[in-house]
Amino acid sequence: MANLKDLKTRIQSVKSTQKITKAMQMVAASKLRRAQEAAEAARPYAGRMASVLSGLAASVAGQPGMPPLLAGTGREDVHLVIVATSERGLCGGFNSNIVRAAKKRIIALQGDGKTVKLLCIGRKGVAQLKSQYGALIVDTVDLSHVKSLAFADVQPIAERVLAMFGDGEFDVCSVFYARFKSALTQIVTEHQLIPAAISGQASGQDDDAGTNDAGNENGGETPPPDLKGSIYEYEPDEEEILQTLLPRNLSVQLFGALLENAASEQGSRMTAMDSATRNASDMIDALSLKYNRTRQAVITSELIEIISGAEAL
Amino acid sequence: MSDSIHFELVSPERLLMDIAAASVVVPGSEGDFTVLPGHAPVMSTIRPGVVEVMETGGGEPSRLFVRGGFAEVTSEGLVILAEEVIVLADVSREELQQKVADAGEDVEDARTDEEKRLAIEALARLTELAEAKS
Repeated sequence: MANLKDLKTRIQSVKSTQKITKAMQMVAASKLRRAQEAAEAARPYAGRMASVLSGLAASVAGQPGMPPLLAGTGREDVHLVIVATSERGLCGGFNSNIVRAAKKRIIALQGDGKTVKLLCIGRKGVAQLKSQYGALIVDTVDLSHVKSLAFADVQPIAERVLAMFGDGEFDVCSVFYARFKSALTQIVTEHQLIPAAISGQASGQDDDAGTNDAGNENGGETPPPDLKGSIYEYEPDEEEILQTLLPRNLSVQLFGALLENAASEQGSRMTAMDSATRNASDMIDALSLKYNRTRQAVITSELIEIISGAEAL
Repeated sequence: MSDSIHFELVSPERLLMDIAAASVVVPGSEGDFTVLPGHAPVMSTIRPGVVEVMETGGGEPSRLFVRGGFAEVTSEGLVILAEEVIVLADVSREELQQKVADAGEDVEDARTDEEKRLAIEALARLTELAEAKS
Protein backbone atom coordinates (compact mmCIF):
# COMPACT_ATOMS: atom_id res chain seq x y z
CA MET A 1 0.00 0.00 0.00
CA ALA A 2 1.30 3.38 -1.01
CA ASN A 3 2.57 5.53 1.76
CA LEU A 4 0.31 8.43 2.71
CA LYS A 5 3.23 10.84 2.94
CA ASP A 6 4.56 9.83 -0.46
CA LEU A 7 1.21 10.48 -2.03
CA LYS A 8 1.00 13.88 -0.42
CA THR A 9 4.41 14.99 -1.74
CA ARG A 10 3.48 13.64 -5.14
CA ILE A 11 0.30 15.71 -5.20
CA GLN A 12 2.24 18.78 -4.12
CA SER A 13 4.80 18.38 -6.87
CA VAL A 14 2.15 17.92 -9.56
CA LYS A 15 0.40 21.00 -8.22
CA SER A 16 3.51 23.12 -8.54
CA THR A 17 4.09 21.83 -12.08
CA GLN A 18 0.53 22.78 -12.88
CA LYS A 19 1.14 26.28 -11.58
CA ILE A 20 4.10 26.66 -13.90
CA THR A 21 2.29 25.36 -16.98
CA LYS A 22 -0.69 27.53 -16.17
CA ALA A 23 1.54 30.61 -15.92
CA MET A 24 3.29 29.72 -19.16
CA GLN A 25 -0.04 29.33 -20.87
CA MET A 26 -1.13 32.74 -19.72
CA VAL A 27 2.13 34.37 -20.80
CA ALA A 28 1.87 32.66 -24.18
CA ALA A 29 -1.71 33.88 -24.56
CA SER A 30 -0.75 37.48 -24.01
CA LYS A 31 2.31 37.16 -26.24
CA LEU A 32 0.18 35.49 -28.85
CA ARG A 33 -2.13 38.46 -29.00
CA ARG A 34 0.78 40.79 -29.58
CA ALA A 35 2.43 38.51 -32.12
CA GLN A 36 -0.83 38.06 -33.95
CA GLU A 37 -1.36 41.81 -34.11
CA ALA A 38 2.15 42.27 -35.45
CA ALA A 39 1.62 39.60 -38.07
CA GLU A 40 -1.65 41.14 -39.16
CA ALA A 41 -0.25 44.67 -39.17
CA ALA A 42 2.50 43.55 -41.52
CA ARG A 43 0.08 42.12 -44.05
CA PRO A 44 -0.90 45.35 -45.85
CA TYR A 45 2.72 46.03 -46.74
CA ALA A 46 3.35 42.53 -48.03
CA GLY A 47 0.07 42.58 -49.93
CA ARG A 48 0.83 45.91 -51.59
CA MET A 49 4.31 44.78 -52.39
CA ALA A 50 2.99 41.62 -54.00
CA SER A 51 0.47 43.47 -56.14
CA VAL A 52 2.99 46.07 -57.29
CA LEU A 53 5.57 43.40 -58.05
CA SER A 54 3.22 41.23 -60.01
CA GLY A 55 2.16 44.25 -62.06
CA LEU A 56 5.77 45.09 -62.77
CA ALA A 57 6.76 41.51 -63.41
CA ALA A 58 3.94 41.11 -65.89
CA SER A 59 5.09 44.17 -67.80
CA VAL A 60 8.68 42.98 -68.11
CA ALA A 61 7.88 39.29 -68.47
CA GLY A 62 9.45 37.64 -71.45
CA GLN A 63 11.91 40.47 -72.03
CA PRO A 64 15.61 39.67 -72.05
CA GLY A 65 17.71 40.87 -69.15
CA MET A 66 15.21 40.03 -66.47
CA PRO A 67 16.79 40.35 -63.04
CA PRO A 68 17.94 36.93 -61.80
CA LEU A 69 16.03 37.38 -58.56
CA LEU A 70 12.86 37.19 -60.60
CA ALA A 71 13.83 34.89 -63.44
CA GLY A 72 16.21 32.62 -61.55
CA THR A 73 19.68 31.64 -62.63
CA GLY A 74 18.38 29.26 -65.24
CA ARG A 75 19.55 26.30 -63.19
CA GLU A 76 18.03 24.42 -60.29
CA ASP A 77 21.04 22.56 -58.99
CA VAL A 78 21.65 24.08 -55.59
CA HIS A 79 18.81 24.70 -53.20
CA LEU A 80 19.02 26.87 -50.13
CA VAL A 81 16.44 25.85 -47.57
CA ILE A 82 15.75 28.33 -44.79
CA VAL A 83 14.27 26.63 -41.76
CA ALA A 84 12.60 29.05 -39.39
CA THR A 85 12.00 27.68 -35.91
CA SER A 86 11.68 29.04 -32.40
CA GLU A 87 14.34 29.96 -29.89
CA ARG A 88 12.63 28.29 -26.99
CA GLY A 89 11.16 24.87 -26.43
CA LEU A 90 8.03 23.73 -24.63
CA CYS A 91 5.78 24.63 -27.49
CA GLY A 92 4.30 21.29 -28.43
CA GLY A 93 5.07 19.91 -31.85
CA PHE A 94 5.81 23.30 -33.34
CA ASN A 95 9.50 22.86 -34.10
CA SER A 96 9.26 19.17 -34.88
CA ASN A 97 6.55 19.80 -37.46
CA ILE A 98 8.61 22.39 -39.29
CA VAL A 99 11.77 20.32 -39.15
CA ARG A 100 9.92 17.21 -40.33
CA ALA A 101 8.55 19.05 -43.37
CA ALA A 102 11.99 20.47 -44.12
CA LYS A 103 13.63 17.04 -43.81
CA LYS A 104 11.09 15.55 -46.17
CA ARG A 105 11.92 18.24 -48.70
CA ILE A 106 15.67 17.74 -48.24
CA ILE A 107 15.31 14.01 -48.88
CA ALA A 108 13.20 14.65 -51.97
CA LEU A 109 15.71 17.18 -53.31
CA GLN A 110 18.68 14.94 -52.61
CA GLY A 111 16.84 12.10 -54.28
CA ASP A 112 16.68 14.25 -57.41
CA GLY A 113 20.43 14.71 -57.24
CA LYS A 114 20.36 18.34 -56.15
CA THR A 115 22.67 19.94 -53.66
CA VAL A 116 20.96 21.24 -50.54
CA LYS A 117 22.21 23.95 -48.25
CA LEU A 118 20.55 24.86 -45.01
CA LEU A 119 20.15 28.14 -43.21
CA CYS A 120 18.60 27.80 -39.79
CA ILE A 121 16.83 30.58 -38.01
CA GLY A 122 16.24 29.73 -34.37
CA ARG A 123 18.18 27.49 -32.00
CA LYS A 124 15.65 24.68 -31.80
CA GLY A 125 15.79 23.90 -35.49
CA VAL A 126 19.57 23.76 -35.41
CA ALA A 127 19.47 21.30 -32.55
CA GLN A 128 17.14 18.98 -34.44
CA LEU A 129 18.87 19.20 -37.79
CA LYS A 130 22.47 19.12 -36.62
CA SER A 131 22.76 15.41 -36.04
CA GLN A 132 21.52 14.37 -39.46
CA TYR A 133 22.31 17.30 -41.72
CA GLY A 134 25.03 19.13 -39.80
CA ALA A 135 27.26 19.23 -42.87
CA LEU A 136 24.61 21.00 -44.93
CA ILE A 137 24.09 23.90 -42.54
CA VAL A 138 25.85 26.91 -44.01
CA ASP A 139 24.71 29.43 -41.45
CA THR A 140 22.59 29.81 -38.38
CA VAL A 141 20.80 32.87 -37.11
CA ASP A 142 20.23 33.33 -33.43
CA LEU A 143 17.34 35.64 -32.65
CA SER A 144 17.14 34.85 -28.95
CA HIS A 145 18.10 38.40 -27.99
CA VAL A 146 15.16 39.80 -29.97
CA LYS A 147 12.08 40.45 -27.90
CA SER A 148 9.69 41.62 -30.55
CA LEU A 149 10.75 41.13 -34.12
CA ALA A 150 11.43 44.35 -36.03
CA PHE A 151 12.08 44.76 -39.70
CA ALA A 152 15.66 45.78 -38.92
CA ASP A 153 16.27 42.35 -37.35
CA VAL A 154 15.36 40.60 -40.56
CA GLN A 155 17.31 42.76 -42.94
CA PRO A 156 20.75 41.34 -42.11
CA ILE A 157 19.41 37.84 -42.81
CA ALA A 158 18.01 38.96 -46.14
CA GLU A 159 21.27 40.68 -47.01
CA ARG A 160 23.17 37.52 -46.19
CA VAL A 161 20.89 35.49 -48.47
CA LEU A 162 21.22 38.07 -51.25
CA ALA A 163 24.99 38.10 -50.93
CA MET A 164 25.05 34.31 -51.21
CA PHE A 165 22.80 34.49 -54.24
CA GLY A 166 25.02 37.16 -55.76
CA ASP A 167 28.03 34.88 -55.30
CA GLY A 168 26.19 32.10 -57.07
CA GLU A 169 26.12 29.86 -54.03
CA PHE A 170 22.60 28.64 -54.76
CA ASP A 171 19.94 28.77 -57.45
CA VAL A 172 16.67 28.34 -55.62
CA CYS A 173 15.79 29.52 -52.14
CA SER A 174 12.74 28.61 -50.11
CA VAL A 175 11.73 29.10 -46.51
CA PHE A 176 9.92 26.71 -44.16
CA TYR A 177 7.77 28.25 -41.48
CA ALA A 178 4.44 27.72 -39.74
CA ARG A 179 1.66 29.92 -40.99
CA PHE A 180 -0.62 31.07 -38.23
CA LYS A 181 -4.23 30.06 -38.77
CA SER A 182 -5.55 30.00 -35.25
CA ALA A 183 -4.23 29.27 -31.78
CA LEU A 184 -5.06 25.62 -32.43
CA THR A 185 -3.85 25.21 -35.98
CA GLN A 186 -0.60 26.23 -37.52
CA ILE A 187 0.15 25.17 -41.03
CA VAL A 188 3.71 24.35 -41.97
CA THR A 189 4.30 26.18 -45.21
CA GLU A 190 7.03 26.21 -47.78
CA HIS A 191 7.45 29.50 -49.54
CA GLN A 192 9.79 30.08 -52.43
CA LEU A 193 11.78 33.29 -52.14
CA ILE A 194 14.19 33.09 -55.06
CA PRO A 195 13.24 33.16 -57.88
CA ALA A 196 10.46 35.37 -56.55
CA ALA A 197 7.26 33.36 -56.59
CA ILE A 198 4.75 35.97 -57.59
CA SER A 199 1.16 35.05 -57.11
CA GLY A 200 -0.59 34.35 -60.36
CA GLN A 201 2.69 33.78 -62.08
CA ALA A 202 4.95 30.75 -61.97
CA SER A 203 8.12 32.80 -61.58
CA GLY A 204 8.42 33.94 -65.14
CA GLN A 205 7.86 30.62 -66.81
CA ASP A 206 6.78 30.73 -70.39
CA ASP A 207 3.61 28.68 -70.04
CA ASP A 208 2.23 31.31 -67.73
CA ALA A 209 3.28 34.32 -69.71
CA GLY A 210 0.23 34.15 -71.94
CA THR A 211 -2.18 34.82 -69.14
CA ASN A 212 -0.05 37.60 -67.77
CA ASP A 213 0.15 39.50 -70.99
CA ALA A 214 -3.49 40.43 -70.68
CA GLY A 215 -2.88 43.79 -69.06
CA ASN A 216 -1.87 44.15 -65.48
CA GLU A 217 -4.12 41.35 -64.32
CA ASN A 218 -2.77 39.42 -61.41
CA GLY A 219 -3.78 37.21 -58.55
CA GLY A 220 -2.08 39.28 -55.86
CA GLU A 221 -3.60 39.71 -52.47
CA THR A 222 -4.89 43.15 -53.24
CA PRO A 223 -6.82 43.42 -56.46
CA PRO A 224 -5.02 45.38 -59.14
CA PRO A 225 -6.08 49.00 -59.17
CA ASP A 226 -8.40 50.01 -61.94
CA LEU A 227 -6.28 52.19 -64.12
CA LYS A 228 -9.15 53.10 -66.41
CA GLY A 229 -7.11 52.35 -69.46
CA SER A 230 -4.20 54.54 -68.45
CA ILE A 231 -0.75 53.14 -67.81
CA TYR A 232 1.77 53.79 -65.12
CA GLU A 233 4.50 56.27 -65.55
CA TYR A 234 7.61 54.76 -64.08
CA GLU A 235 10.16 56.90 -62.41
CA PRO A 236 12.93 55.75 -62.90
CA ASP A 237 12.17 53.04 -65.47
CA GLU A 238 10.60 49.66 -64.77
CA GLU A 239 13.80 47.69 -64.68
CA GLU A 240 15.43 50.00 -62.22
CA ILE A 241 12.43 49.93 -59.92
CA LEU A 242 12.38 46.18 -60.15
CA GLN A 243 16.06 46.10 -59.27
CA THR A 244 15.47 47.93 -56.02
CA LEU A 245 12.14 46.28 -55.33
CA LEU A 246 13.18 42.64 -55.57
CA PRO A 247 15.77 42.63 -52.78
CA ARG A 248 13.33 44.54 -50.64
CA ASN A 249 10.63 42.04 -51.45
CA LEU A 250 12.87 39.29 -50.13
CA SER A 251 13.23 41.03 -46.77
CA VAL A 252 9.51 41.67 -46.63
CA GLN A 253 8.66 38.06 -47.39
CA LEU A 254 11.12 36.83 -44.82
CA PHE A 255 9.85 39.31 -42.27
CA GLY A 256 6.27 38.20 -42.89
CA ALA A 257 7.27 34.54 -42.55
CA LEU A 258 9.07 35.15 -39.27
CA LEU A 259 6.17 37.14 -37.86
CA GLU A 260 3.77 34.34 -38.75
CA ASN A 261 6.20 31.93 -37.17
CA ALA A 262 6.33 33.94 -33.95
CA ALA A 263 2.55 33.99 -33.71
CA SER A 264 2.40 30.26 -34.45
CA GLU A 265 5.00 29.53 -31.80
CA GLN A 266 2.99 31.31 -29.14
CA GLY A 267 -0.23 29.69 -30.30
CA SER A 268 1.37 26.29 -30.23
CA ARG A 269 2.85 26.91 -26.79
CA MET A 270 -0.47 28.09 -25.48
CA THR A 271 -2.22 24.94 -26.65
CA ALA A 272 0.54 22.70 -25.38
CA MET A 273 0.57 24.35 -21.97
CA ASP A 274 -3.20 24.28 -21.80
CA SER A 275 -3.26 20.53 -22.27
CA ALA A 276 -0.37 20.14 -19.84
CA THR A 277 -2.35 22.05 -17.23
CA ARG A 278 -5.37 19.88 -17.89
CA ASN A 279 -3.28 16.71 -17.64
CA ALA A 280 -1.90 17.91 -14.33
CA SER A 281 -5.35 18.52 -12.92
CA ASP A 282 -6.48 15.05 -14.06
CA MET A 283 -3.46 13.62 -12.32
CA ILE A 284 -4.16 15.59 -9.16
CA ASP A 285 -7.73 14.27 -9.15
CA ALA A 286 -6.58 10.69 -9.50
CA LEU A 287 -3.91 11.09 -6.85
CA SER A 288 -6.29 12.77 -4.41
CA LEU A 289 -8.75 9.93 -4.83
CA LYS A 290 -6.01 7.43 -4.13
CA TYR A 291 -4.84 9.48 -1.17
CA ASN A 292 -8.32 9.58 0.36
CA ARG A 293 -8.87 5.87 -0.19
CA THR A 294 -5.55 5.06 1.43
CA ARG A 295 -6.39 7.29 4.36
CA GLN A 296 -9.73 5.54 4.79
CA ALA A 297 -8.08 2.16 4.59
CA VAL A 298 -5.59 3.14 7.27
CA ILE A 299 -8.41 4.31 9.56
CA THR A 300 -10.39 1.15 8.92
CA SER A 301 -7.48 -1.13 9.70
CA GLU A 302 -6.72 0.84 12.86
CA LEU A 303 -10.34 0.45 13.95
CA ILE A 304 -10.27 -3.26 13.28
CA GLU A 305 -7.13 -3.53 15.36
CA ILE A 306 -8.74 -1.67 18.26
CA ILE A 307 -12.00 -3.64 18.08
CA SER A 308 -10.33 -7.01 17.80
CA GLY A 309 -8.03 -6.03 20.65
CA ALA A 310 -11.05 -5.13 22.82
CA GLU A 311 -12.81 -8.40 21.92
CA ALA A 312 -9.82 -10.46 22.90
CA LEU A 313 -10.01 -9.21 26.47
CA MET B 1 -13.78 64.56 -59.34
CA SER B 2 -13.39 64.49 -55.59
CA ASP B 3 -11.23 67.12 -53.93
CA SER B 4 -9.27 64.64 -51.87
CA ILE B 5 -7.03 61.67 -52.45
CA HIS B 6 -6.91 58.51 -50.45
CA PHE B 7 -3.47 58.38 -48.89
CA GLU B 8 -1.91 55.33 -47.29
CA LEU B 9 1.49 55.19 -45.64
CA VAL B 10 2.63 51.65 -44.93
CA SER B 11 5.75 50.44 -43.18
CA PRO B 12 6.69 46.76 -42.95
CA GLU B 13 5.53 46.71 -39.34
CA ARG B 14 2.15 48.33 -39.79
CA LEU B 15 -0.21 50.64 -41.62
CA LEU B 16 0.70 54.09 -40.35
CA MET B 17 -1.72 56.38 -42.13
CA ASP B 18 -4.95 55.82 -43.95
CA ILE B 19 -6.59 59.17 -44.53
CA ALA B 20 -8.10 61.45 -47.12
CA ALA B 21 -5.56 64.10 -47.99
CA ALA B 22 -5.79 67.30 -49.98
CA SER B 23 -2.25 67.00 -51.26
CA VAL B 24 0.89 65.03 -50.53
CA VAL B 25 4.48 65.96 -51.35
CA VAL B 26 6.53 62.87 -52.13
CA PRO B 27 10.35 62.83 -52.19
CA GLY B 28 10.79 60.86 -55.39
CA SER B 29 14.21 59.56 -56.29
CA GLU B 30 14.22 61.76 -59.38
CA GLY B 31 12.85 64.79 -57.59
CA ASP B 32 10.04 65.76 -55.27
CA PHE B 33 6.54 65.76 -56.64
CA THR B 34 3.20 66.82 -55.26
CA VAL B 35 0.26 64.50 -55.66
CA LEU B 36 -3.08 66.23 -56.04
CA PRO B 37 -6.48 64.65 -56.70
CA GLY B 38 -6.65 63.27 -60.21
CA HIS B 39 -2.92 62.68 -60.56
CA ALA B 40 -1.84 60.40 -63.38
CA PRO B 41 -0.74 56.89 -62.32
CA VAL B 42 2.90 56.95 -61.34
CA MET B 43 5.23 54.49 -59.76
CA SER B 44 8.34 55.96 -58.28
CA THR B 45 11.04 54.92 -55.88
CA ILE B 46 11.69 57.36 -53.07
CA ARG B 47 14.86 58.80 -51.66
CA PRO B 48 15.23 59.48 -47.94
CA GLY B 49 13.28 62.64 -47.32
CA VAL B 50 10.18 64.23 -45.97
CA VAL B 51 6.62 63.42 -46.95
CA GLU B 52 4.31 66.37 -46.40
CA VAL B 53 0.68 65.50 -45.98
CA MET B 54 -1.94 68.26 -46.21
CA GLU B 55 -5.17 66.97 -44.78
CA THR B 56 -8.51 67.92 -46.26
CA GLY B 57 -9.58 70.17 -43.38
CA GLY B 58 -6.65 72.49 -43.99
CA GLY B 59 -4.29 73.30 -41.13
CA GLU B 60 -0.63 72.50 -40.75
CA PRO B 61 0.74 69.73 -42.94
CA SER B 62 2.08 66.69 -41.09
CA ARG B 63 5.70 65.98 -41.91
CA LEU B 64 7.08 62.47 -41.89
CA PHE B 65 10.57 61.31 -42.65
CA VAL B 66 10.67 58.23 -44.86
CA ARG B 67 13.52 56.05 -46.03
CA GLY B 68 13.69 53.35 -48.64
CA GLY B 69 10.61 52.35 -50.52
CA PHE B 70 8.35 53.54 -53.28
CA ALA B 71 5.23 55.50 -53.97
CA GLU B 72 2.40 54.35 -56.16
CA VAL B 73 -0.26 56.67 -57.51
CA THR B 74 -3.36 55.09 -58.96
CA SER B 75 -6.81 56.39 -59.72
CA GLU B 76 -7.75 55.19 -56.24
CA GLY B 77 -5.14 57.17 -54.38
CA LEU B 78 -1.57 57.27 -53.26
CA VAL B 79 0.22 54.50 -51.47
CA ILE B 80 3.69 54.94 -50.02
CA LEU B 81 5.53 51.83 -48.94
CA ALA B 82 8.46 52.92 -46.80
CA GLU B 83 10.93 50.80 -44.89
CA GLU B 84 11.31 53.33 -42.16
CA VAL B 85 8.99 56.13 -41.11
CA ILE B 86 9.70 58.72 -38.44
CA VAL B 87 7.17 61.35 -37.48
CA LEU B 88 9.25 64.52 -37.39
CA ALA B 89 7.10 66.17 -34.74
CA ASP B 90 8.10 63.35 -32.36
CA VAL B 91 11.81 64.10 -32.33
CA SER B 92 13.34 67.29 -31.01
CA ARG B 93 16.15 69.06 -32.81
CA GLU B 94 18.44 69.09 -29.77
CA GLU B 95 18.01 65.37 -29.22
CA LEU B 96 18.87 64.76 -32.83
CA GLN B 97 21.96 66.92 -32.73
CA GLN B 98 23.10 65.05 -29.65
CA LYS B 99 22.61 61.76 -31.45
CA VAL B 100 24.52 62.97 -34.50
CA ALA B 101 27.38 63.99 -32.22
CA ASP B 102 27.29 60.59 -30.51
CA ALA B 103 27.33 58.80 -33.83
CA GLY B 104 30.32 60.90 -34.89
CA GLU B 105 32.19 59.74 -31.79
CA ASP B 106 31.25 56.14 -32.54
CA VAL B 107 32.91 56.45 -35.93
CA GLU B 108 36.08 57.76 -34.24
CA ASP B 109 36.04 54.97 -31.67
CA ALA B 110 35.37 52.11 -34.09
CA ARG B 111 38.14 49.53 -33.93
CA THR B 112 37.35 47.02 -36.65
CA ASP B 113 36.38 47.77 -40.23
CA GLU B 114 32.97 46.24 -39.70
CA GLU B 115 32.30 48.43 -36.67
CA LYS B 116 33.46 51.44 -38.61
CA ARG B 117 31.16 50.67 -41.53
CA LEU B 118 28.16 50.29 -39.25
CA ALA B 119 28.99 53.49 -37.38
CA ILE B 120 29.37 55.44 -40.61
CA GLU B 121 26.04 54.13 -41.85
CA ALA B 122 24.35 55.13 -38.61
CA LEU B 123 25.90 58.58 -38.82
CA ALA B 124 24.77 59.05 -42.42
CA ARG B 125 21.25 58.05 -41.47
CA LEU B 126 21.10 60.47 -38.57
CA THR B 127 22.56 63.29 -40.61
CA GLU B 128 19.87 62.80 -43.25
CA LEU B 129 17.24 62.93 -40.56
CA ALA B 130 18.76 66.04 -39.00
CA GLU B 131 18.80 67.75 -42.37
CA ALA B 132 15.16 66.88 -42.92
CA LYS B 133 14.29 68.30 -39.54
CA SER B 134 15.94 71.66 -40.04
